[in-house]
Order: sequence, then structure tokens, then C-alpha cells
Amino acid sequence: MQKVYSQILQIAGDVITVEAEGVAYRELAEIQSRRGMSMAQVIRLDGNRVSLQVLAGSRGLSTDDKVRFLKHPMRVSFSDNLLGRIFNGSGVPRDGGPSLDENMINIGGPSVNPSKRVVPRNMIRTGIPMIDIFNSLVESQKLLIFSVAGEPYNPLLARIALQAEVDLIVLGGMGLKYDDFLFFKDTLEQHGSLSHSVMFIHTAADPTVECLLVPDMSLAVAEQFALAGKRVLVLLTDMTNFADALKEVSITMEQIPSNRGYPGDLYSQLAARYEKAVDFDTAGSITVLSVTTMPGDDVTHPVPDNTGYITEGQFYLKNGRIEPFGSLSRLKQQVNGRTRGDHRTIMDRMIQLFADYRSTLEKKSMGFEMSPWDDKLLKYGQRFERELMDLSVNIPLEAALDLGWRILADIFEPAETGIKESLLKQFWPKPAAVPAS
Amino acid sequence: MSGPRTGQVIGVNGNMVAVVFSDRVMQNEVAYVIVGSERLKAEVIRVKGKRADLQVFEDTQDIRVHDTVEFTGELLSVELGPGLLTQVFDGLQNPLPELAKQFGFFLQRGAYLTALDAEQRWEFTPAVKVGDKVLAGEKLGTVPEKIFQHWIMAPFNLPGELDVAGIVPKGSYKMKDTVARLKDSQGKEHSVTMRQLWPVKVPITAYVKKIKPTQPLVTQIRIIDTLVPVAVGGTFCTPGPFGAGKTVLQHLISRHADVDIVVVAACGERAGEVVELLKEFPELKDPKTGQTLMDRTVIICNTSSMPVAARESSVYTAVTLAEYYRQMGLNVLLLADSTSRWAQAMREMSGRLEEIPGEEAFPAYLETRIASFYERAGLVQLHNGGRGSVTIGGAVSPAGGNFEEPVTQATLKVVGAFHGLSRDRANARRYPAIDPLDSWSKYQSFIDGSKVRKGVAILRKANNVSQMMKVIGEEGTTIEEFVDYLKGEFFDAVYLQQNAFDPQDEATSADRQAYVFDIMEAILDQRFEFPDKTEARRFFQDLRQKFLNWNSTAFQGDEFKNIEAGIKRQLSGDERLQATEKK
Repeated sequence: MQKVYSQILQIAGDVITVEAEGVAYRELAEIQSRRGMSMAQVIRLDGNRVSLQVLAGSRGLSTDDKVRFLKHPMRVSFSDNLLGRIFNGSGVPRDGGPSLDENMINIGGPSVNPSKRVVPRNMIRTGIPMIDIFNSLVESQKLLIFSVAGEPYNPLLARIALQAEVDLIVLGGMGLKYDDFLFFKDTLEQHGSLSHSVMFIHTAADPTVECLLVPDMSLAVAEQFALAGKRVLVLLTDMTNFADALKEVSITMEQIPSNRGYPGDLYSQLAARYEKAVDFDTAGSITVLSVTTMPGDDVTHPVPDNTGYITEGQFYLKNGRIEPFGSLSRLKQQVNGRTRGDHRTIMDRMIQLFADYRSTLEKKSMGFEMSPWDDKLLKYGQRFERELMDLSVNIPLEAALDLGWRILADIFEPAETGIKESLLKQFWPKPAAVPAS
Repeated sequence: MSGPRTGQVIGVNGNMVAVVFSDRVMQNEVAYVIVGSERLKAEVIRVKGKRADLQVFEDTQDIRVHDTVEFTGELLSVELGPGLLTQVFDGLQNPLPELAKQFGFFLQRGAYLTALDAEQRWEFTPAVKVGDKVLAGEKLGTVPEKIFQHWIMAPFNLPGELDVAGIVPKGSYKMKDTVARLKDSQGKEHSVTMRQLWPVKVPITAYVKKIKPTQPLVTQIRIIDTLVPVAVGGTFCTPGPFGAGKTVLQHLISRHADVDIVVVAACGERAGEVVELLKEFPELKDPKTGQTLMDRTVIICNTSSMPVAARESSVYTAVTLAEYYRQMGLNVLLLADSTSRWAQAMREMSGRLEEIPGEEAFPAYLETRIASFYERAGLVQLHNGGRGSVTIGGAVSPAGGNFEEPVTQATLKVVGAFHGLSRDRANARRYPAIDPLDSWSKYQSFIDGSKVRKGVAILRKANNVSQMMKVIGEEGTTIEEFVDYLKGEFFDAVYLQQNAFDPQDEATSADRQAYVFDIMEAILDQRFEFPDKTEARRFFQDLRQKFLNWNSTAFQGDEFKNIEAGIKRQLSGDERLQATEKK
């Protein structure tokens, strides 16, 4: 017989306090209120005073509502039945389907032993030249999209997800606009990918605390699939909302804030999630792709800053394009030496020329004289932006490399590119093919 | 009273557990929280009346009020003895590969293993005989470990002069076999094994004295060795924003630095980076010894998703192992990446203890903790007259890349060299991205100081001209100013920058640096006459290309000499003359 506590001592923010015996740290409880049933999680024990964060929020809770402890921490059901399903942040179906309670697994499990990790070596092709050529995405990488509100980060995320060669997609949505949720759902459906996707969706209208569990749910499920040999891609959008929810709860708990109100353990909290990205040496893998919106386009804001120290690179989305500067894939060196002989050279030289183009633009805007070389750079930069940077471009890596050579050959003399003689011989397009410009 | 002293859990807040006890507790003693069948390691960090606050080195899920806590009466300690080299430990010195063998993919909570294999046999050769007198830390015998003669020493904690009352003959022994008996001045006998325990937060001081570090430690990174050198037994720090290449730089130093042993402490950073070391080092040959790099390396790894409290212990574990090998007369380099994560762990705990916060919520004792960590570096004179050293290099990850934050500032106060990484240099792909103008070092380079200052002066001038050009354009500068600018850019491009992917360029020996810097000095001194800026730019572009090719040839090989001759021809003007003649 489980004991039911019917006296709530304190309600502050979304945290309630009750007096109870024999409660375990991080245990789950059910609260029966006039508004219905809500889950709550133990976040502090102090003698017999137990503090719980209420997932559905504390609005409308009454001091005599019934609290029942469930004798287990937060769990999620794991089986193939998850595929094609949509849940909320507490694991309750939001697609009208039956709720799942078989094979429950704990979320937020222990971290992987570093000595069991392997050095990542498989490239994930996306069909986006700015990623494939310049900052290759690698299986088991944790990578994020930095952007400001208003940028098409969710369409970009969806596109990468659909084009990436993975077995399974887990989408964790935090503070998603309802429209964006429908967009993801429709897009996956149209491409027939829904049947190998699982979604944990917290929308902007849902209670804040519920968003805290979305990453753990998504990653716990992903981990089980990966252990079963699947290559899983986890999409998390938007992690800034997750950090803001952490901030809200920690302030309610009267923790001393460290930087702009965020708790001192923000780094550890984020790292515990991102570090779930892994390539198991005898099983599958987890690749994590997340979105972090930067308030005020400020990369030194605590959320993007801490995240940047954790992830293995970032795509910097600005003005609807992936910016080559500021974008980085720390793992690209592991894979781009084994794609095609010219990959690294094209990557380096085209970016360096593009940097020169940018400084020429600056010079031009200040009214300085343009040399013939500057004119070439301007022509180059415009073609680079139009034919490679534009997000609508969708071509395989090899075609993108060929296109790179074509652009170089149309504008520059071979010697002006600073590319090694041997590569020029092999890859420089034949002059006959040059269209009259 | 029998059995261990115990207490009862009365509160849980994150990784802090509050406990009531009846008997007594000791500050910083190790305790175990018993949760069902699991025993979770913890450390006492505050005592108030009959209540003790413990930081738990594990996830605290499922701990309940009234759970039992056992106190051990021992400070957090590490095992010291032969067999540490090549190992990979977590922050509490659990061997990770062994944990993986027993528990699989995940780090099982409450699973602890001993660091050293008690069953392995070691060939012991005694170095003392009965009747000899020794001091704590003196050599009693040796066992071979990899390429080193590993000293078995008189325990560091024994007081005064000790009489050797017994010593075993040459032969093969296990870790915990008694190899010697020592009698102290009170007449008490201590039996000595090859293994000793030492509390990590206490420095090992079994030496005669500390000596001022003056000898340069060659890292083979040109910008460091020439401009901002490190000394054997000194300290340095590498702050930088994310993506500036802190970890890559540390990995390069760990590979090429001229030391006997490297201890790498990966503290609260990405697991992937440690994996690269784990998989690379056993493959890479150490040119000095011909053995793999792993043979001279110990890795302590407490990555960002591993329990936070163990981050703090991981840097102490690392420095204790470094001190231990120093006692054998070896030069040890400790690289900690990153000390900011350790400071954040302190901040987290301080917040849970509800201490009054200092700047950015870091605890008030942040500075003293950082200082006492770096103070464990040093060059020491041992009892046998020999010397050993611990050099400490710490990466710092300042929030927002802003060096004005507390951890960077506290570190700058105590280190001997500051290698500040800049985002601008990293964005411009100028690696290593150490800012040559902001960084400093209190140590002497093996290159003459007056020469180095000349190089820095040119860099400063070049920087001023480049700032000026942003406003008034290239056409606004005089040809003299423009040439200074080109000289500075040239010095930066071919000397300060180094290509980590080029087998020759990635490491430059001290001899080669001195040799090349002499030529560089001559170029920076030389007065060039150019008809116009285009000509000047072309000249330096040519020179740069030659130098870059030169950098990737083997020192004093045929190709090296050929290119050098070409450089000298260009400098003496022969080439330009020839070119004009042809016209």
C-alpha cells in the first residue's frame, strides 16, 4: 500500500514541498489535483521535507492535493513500438495513440566509459556543400546550429535529418512553436520518414518544467537503439529553451546564479546531454545535432558559450546561409582525407579566397581603389555565394567539388589559386569546357 | 567500538549529501553512502555540529533520507608504485580499461577497482643494505618500468632519519610484498612494500629544497620556445575561447616536449579528445626513446559527463602522480585541460553549501586553491643530490573568451608564462593561435633576449601599420611603413605559425630554432629598397614561399641546404639582379 500525502507545505514557482518519509532522490511522484494528474520529480531532500518540480506547472495546485510517490525515477518505455510515435516531455502520447508502458528504462543513465569509445570515422553526407565540403558532419559527432531567432534553423535541421544516411531519427523539441512542430511532422511524413522517427515534443505553450526532460528522454531512447546496432540521429531544438528552463527552476530553488541568472552547473548539465553522442565499437552510434538560438546574436551569451565548449563544432546560420567563418566541424579532419584527393585543398583554398573576397568587399565599401585582382575576387565571391552557399543547393559531395573547380577555372588562372601542381593537373577543368562569359 | 564509524543521510541536494553522525568525523575523509547494494564514494567537505556535508563522486539518484553512511578515516588517496605508466585512470584513479572489461560500455555507479595490479611481479634490485640510514623519499631499490628504473622509496610520510633494518635480496616480488623494514628514531619498525598511499591534496615534500626554474623546457613549438618560453619546473597557462585550439596545442606539447614523463589530466572536457590520445599515443613513436609515447604517459580522464565532484580530485590525482615520478629524479610535465571546469566544480559545490559567493558566483577561496595547485610545480633538489621537476601547464576556458573573468585572472597571478589564444588568430587560421603581443613569459628563452625583443618590436610595428591601413588604406602608408608591415607578417607566417599536419614543421628542435632565428633576425634587420609596394609585396611573397618549403624539409638535409642557399641568394639581391638582367 503506497502512502498518499495530502498536505503541500509550499508552492513556489513550479516547485512544491511536502513532508514525506522514505523518498529517494530524483524519485517520481503523481499529483492528483482538480486540474488532473501531473508528474513531479524530487529535486531536493532536506530531512523529511521533499521538494519536487511539477512537470505540468504549479498553476491551480491546491495545498490539499494528493501526492503519491511512485518508487522509481523518471522512465521511458523502449521498444520498436516507439517508431512513428509522438510524445510530450513527460512521455505521454500526444498523437492520440496508446500509451506505452512495456520495458521501462531509466533516463539520464551513466556516461560511457571513455576507453570504450572509438575515434569517429564515417562521414554523414547531407547534400549541402557548405557542410559536406567545408565542415563535414561525422557519425557520432555532437554539433550545433548557432542562429538568431527568425533564421530558418528548423527547416535546415529537418533537411539535414532527411538527407542524412541514418537508420533512425529522434526529435526532441523544446519550446517549439506549434507551427514548427507541425512542420516537422508534415515534413517527416511527406518523406516517408515518420515510420523510423520518434518525437518528444514540448511546445511553447506547454509548462516550462516539462521541457527539462525532453533531452534525457530523447537520448535515453536513442542510446537503446544505438546499443541495438542502429545509427541514430538525435535532433534537439532549441537547447536555449532547455537552459532557460534550468534557470527558472534553479532560481526558484534559491540557488546562487553564476552568470546572467543561469545556474553554476549549466556547463555540466549541457555536457551530460551532449556527451551521449557516441560511436559504440561493437554496436550503433548516436549523432547529436542541436539548435542553440543566440539571444541578440551574441556568441558570448552563457548558453552558446558553454555549448561551444562542449560540442564538436557548429554551423553558424546567418542571413539564411551557413557562414563559412565561425562555422567549424572539429571532426572533419577524421573523414575528409578519405573522400577524394582534392577535398582538403578545395576546402582550404576556396575559403581563403572567400576570405579575400570579404576583405575586398570591405575595401570597396570604404571607397578604396579596386585592382584587377579585386575584380576577380568580387566575381568569385558572388558565384561562391550563389552556387555553393545558398541553402537551396542540393548536390552530392563529388558534384560540389567539381563545381568548385569549375568556378575557380572560370575566374582564375591556375597559378593564381595557389593549388599544388599535381592537383591542378588532375582536376583543373579542360579549357574547352569553359563557357563564354 | 568495532566496525566503521557510521552516520545517516538527512538531506540530498544535487551531488551534496548531508549526514548526521554520532561519534566523530574528520574533514576531507572519505566516506561511502550505502544505497541498496551500491557503495558511493564521497568526501567530507564541511562539518557543523553533528552534521557533515559530503560531496559524492557519483550520481546521487535514489539516495534516501536515513540511508547509512560509512566513514573510512582516510583522506582521499592514490596508490603510488610501479605500473602507473601507460595507464588511463578516472579522477579517482580507477583504471578505465579494466572497468570497461568488467562492466562494459557504461561507467557503473559505485564500481571501484584498485589502480595497480597487486598480482604482477616486479624485478626488485636493492640499493641499500642493512644498517644504512635513509630519509623519507630516498631510494631503497629499483624495479624496471618501461624505459625507466622505477625507484622504490622510503615512504614519504615517515619522520626523521630511518635505519634500514631489513632489505630483501634481488628477485621478483609482488606489489604488496614487504621489500624492506625501516626503524625510526623512536625504535618503531615500518615494513615497506613497493606500493604506498598518498593523500592527493597534500604535496609530497620529501626533498631538500626547491630551486628556481631557469632552464628552458623545449616544447618544439616555435612561438612558445622563442617568444614566451616555459621553464623546467615552471608553470604556464593557456586561456582561450572555444575553437581557438587549446586542446590541439596541449596535445602537440604532450607529444614533443622534452621531458621524461607526461601526465595528462583531461578534466571536464570532451571525451572524444581523450579518445584521440588513447588511440594515438600507443601508435606514435617517441623519437628520443624509440618507444611509443604511451610508455611515458599517464592519462587521468574525468570528462565533462562524468561525475562533477571527481573533477576536482582528478587534477589533484594527476599532480600527485607527477610529484611521485619527480621524486625519482625525472622531469615530469603535467597538462591539465581545463582548469576552468575544475573551478566550476568548486563553484557548484560552494553554491550547494550556500557559501557567500564571490565574483561570478565563484567561491572566495578560488584564488588560493588555484595558487596552491600551481605551487605544486617546481624544480627540486633530492636527497641524493639529483634533481627532479614537475612543470604544470593548465588550459583555461574563460566564459565568452573574456580574460577578465575570475579563473583566468587568478591563474595569471601565479603562473610564470601566459599563452593567450586569440579568436581572431584562430579565425584567420594562424595556428598556433597564441597572441604574440598579449602573451608573456617570465622565463628565459634559449634564444638571446635582445634578439627576441627585436622580433617583438617588428610585430608591434606591423600591427600598428595594419591598424592604420584599415582606416587610410594601403595608399596612405609610406613604403618604409609598408615594408615593416610585410616583415612582421612574414615573421608571423613562416616562424610563429606552424603547420601541425606537416611531419617536419609540426616540431622544431632547439638547434633548428636558433639556426633559423639567426637568419630571421638578419632579414628583420636588413634594409630593403623597393621601387613600389607591389614589388615589395611580391618579394616577401616569394620569400615566404621559400621559407614555407624550407620549414617542411629535414634540418641540415640536402634539400634544406638547397633552399637555404636560394633564400640567401634572394636576400643578397642576386636573384633580383638576375631577373632585371633577363629583362
